[in-house]
Amino acid sequence: MENANFLVVEDSPTMRQLISFSLKRFKNAKIIEAVDGVDALKKLSGPDKIDLILTDINMPVMDGLKLVSLVRQNAQLKNIPIIIITTEGAEEDRERGLALGANAYISKPIQSSHLIKTISELLSV
Amino acid sequence: MSEESKAEKFLEIFNKGKEFTEELLRENQRLRYRLASMETEAAAGASSDEVRRMRDQITQLTEENRRIAQRFREVEEENKDFAHRYIEIEEQNNNLANLYVASYQLHSTLDFREVIQIVQEIIINLVGAEAFAILLLDEKTNELKAIAYEGEDVMPGVATISTRLGEGVMGTVAKTGESYYINQDVEGGAITLEKPLAAVPLKIKEHVIGLIVIYKLLQQKDAFSAVDYELFSLLAAHAATAIFSSKLYSQSERKLNTIQSFLDLLTTTS
Repeated sequence: MENANFLVVEDSPTMRQLISFSLKRFKNAKIIEAVDGVDALKKLSGPDKIDLILTDINMPVMDGLKLVSLVRQNAQLKNIPIIIITTEGAEEDRERGLALGANAYISKPIQSSHLIKTISELLSV
Repeated sequence: MSEESKAEKFLEIFNKGKEFTEELLRENQRLRYRLASMETEAAAGASSDEVRRMRDQITQLTEENRRIAQRFREVEEENKDFAHRYIEIEEQNNNLANLYVASYQLHSTLDFREVIQIVQEIIINLVGAEAFAILLLDEKTNELKAIAYEGEDVMPGVATISTRLGEGVMGTVAKTGESYYINQDVEGGAITLEKPLAAVPLKIKEHVIGLIVIYKLLQQKDAFSAVDYELFSLLAAHAATAIFSSKLYSQSERKLNTIQSFLDLLTTTS
């Protein structure tokens, strides 16, 4: 997919950079970064139309699960695909994330190829 | 000529005509038979040519089919090689991205706490460790003490871990500068505070300034992967220089502030 706008929600600068690095595989991708759920909601109400959200779970101020829940309740945002990227690898965490409305759940440490494949499937590239 | 001789003459001509007609019919019959025979012979001759031609064609097509099948097998093998190579390159790409990001982040600040935070992020997010500690060596006392940790709940005591240079697994790693790995989480409590999964020295050239000690990996991770060893090598050198330089910078900042305050005091009192 070309010209996609990605929102990366992650409190760790290291992970933000690593995810952004992987997303550069998509031609002309625009990567918007947010440090927590509240920051993400601000960016979602900004001028850029977001095509996909990648969010961590454990973050200060507002965690990723709350963000997923709020996005799914918002009429304008509810159809944006969401990928959760987290250290929480238990099956119940995965089920909880997907039940709240996330489209995919990836456990850290991430494999760039797996992330790209998941995004491509969600955006039907 | 009398009527009687005329009739005989006519009968004679008629008989000759009859004989001639019968002879023509026989000849016609003979020729038709001959024509049919020649047609059969000709047809038989044409078929054998056709068969021969078709046999040649079959031979050619069989050969071509064999060559195509052979090429198909070769291309299939090439595809397998390409697919295998693609996976290798993907993996290599992933590894390089991890190493690039790790080194970029380690040298992005001179703030000691931030550097330690970044080392922790790398260990959690890139290596995938749940319980670990970062120990620094006090060169005055030769004691290694934890300055940062994660996973006190799954590895009680990790927050306050300490050891002496040369003692036990960690002390030996710090003394020799050689990394220590078990590479799998042994069930049944074999991993203890003194016997971790991995102990990586933080080295500036051959000078060890501390250790990264890993006790437990995230539950979705079974064992260290190839890139983890690369990350450990990178951390051994880059984290060491980043920690050391940020520590020196913090100390010099503190000294500078003290001197500045002292100079301010002198200026004010004079």
